[in-house]
Amino acid sequence: MDTMEPILAAHPFFKDLAPRYLKLVCECASREQFAPGQMLCRDEEEARKFYVIYHGQVAVEIYRARRGPVTIQTLGDGEALGWLWWQQPYHWHLDARALQLTRVISLDVQCLLTKCDQDHDFGYELMKRYAHHLAVQFRVTKLQLADMYG
Amino acid sequence: MTSNLPDPMIPTPFVVHRVKRETSDTYTLDLKGPEAAANFAFAPGQFNMLYAFGAGEAPISISGDPARPETLVHTVRDVGNVTRAICRLKKGERLGVRGPFGAPWPVAQLAGQDVLIIAGGLGLAPLRPALYHLLNHREEYGNVEVIYGARTPKDLLYPKELERWRGRFDLRVHITVDASEGDWRGSVGVVTKIIARARFDPPSTAALVCGPGVMMRFTVQELMSRGLKPEQIYVSMERNMKCGVGLCGHCQWGPFFVCKDGPVFRYDRVRDWFERREV
Repeated sequence: MDTMEPILAAHPFFKDLAPRYLKLVCECASREQFAPGQMLCRDEEEARKFYVIYHGQVAVEIYRARRGPVTIQTLGDGEALGWLWWQQPYHWHLDARALQLTRVISLDVQCLLTKCDQDHDFGYELMKRYAHHLAVQFRVTKLQLADMYG
Repeated sequence: MTSNLPDPMIPTPFVVHRVKRETSDTYTLDLKGPEAAANFAFAPGQFNMLYAFGAGEAPISISGDPARPETLVHTVRDVGNVTRAICRLKKGERLGVRGPFGAPWPVAQLAGQDVLIIAGGLGLAPLRPALYHLLNHREEYGNVEVIYGARTPKDLLYPKELERWRGRFDLRVHITVDASEGDWRGSVGVVTKIIARARFDPPSTAALVCGPGVMMRFTVQELMSRGLKPEQIYVSMERNMKCGVGLCGHCQWGPFFVCKDGPVFRYDRVRDWFERREV
């Protein structure tokens, strides 16, 4: 668990998080590794994990009948996957596939939610970061929708 | 830089030497001039007025290597009658050229700095001469990063050249597309997101940006959020250039004529006009 703390501390999502909160996050964390082509999650599966990517590249895909998967975003070092676990029911809405050897710290969603309920200051700190990330994602999505090169 | 050709208002006939299809609607034409214009000197970022006889004229950026003036290179997207006529030209056919016109990328002034080349879609074409210059004088510059976004992998310009550039040790190339299917192994996401991956020292960096207006607006915001000042950012504007020498007023943009004062502007000079909807 100790070795995960510096990785999380260096990750943009957890950057400058107070050490006591970082310890709480680490209590819900485990390391995982995905081989190229391996799925991190599939559409409609129960979302139990939040992935903090610190090495590799992941394609976020939507599957379309007849045309197969369409990649709508790639995520790499310093990014995270799995934002909808704040919203019940906790299900994935997309597929995510490792494009290369990918190392992540996966956070147990239920464990994190429990800690947020127990310590509202911690919960608020996570929520602020979550809101910031959502705002960035929202902006990126708007740009994609604008079809700027059209 | 003034025109190479005798009278800036009279087109000089050039011969199409080679036509290369880049994407479904975009072609690169290599042109050879008459003896008097055999060495067509230009600066990166300048444009020519190309005259498809019988169809009309269109302003097209020069996309070739300024160190190789014997061939004049233009990348043209088929978006209207004139550009369609240009794109349909075959080897050996002629078209008229007036130019070069406009203010270039200030590549010589950027010596000693890190340089970010940020292109969206067809915006790589006017930036390619600047990149050629940087690579021809590589030792004079700091870190050079190319950030290029397109709609899909099929819409990427100069794919073989992009591959070659990616293979260089003195250049970092980041490519992203808005969406992909099939065997694309690169990044998917908007070009502004990729800026975070570039390595540069903000106080000693210049960014050259060219692409659709929306892309440039968000790119400038992103660069400024990463520590660049408006005077470190250069943008290339596209307007309805007609005469090319600031006489007709077709390309007036606030107090500027884009054909003469631009198309390359330092962002702090045009900041007030950049996001105005009325102009």
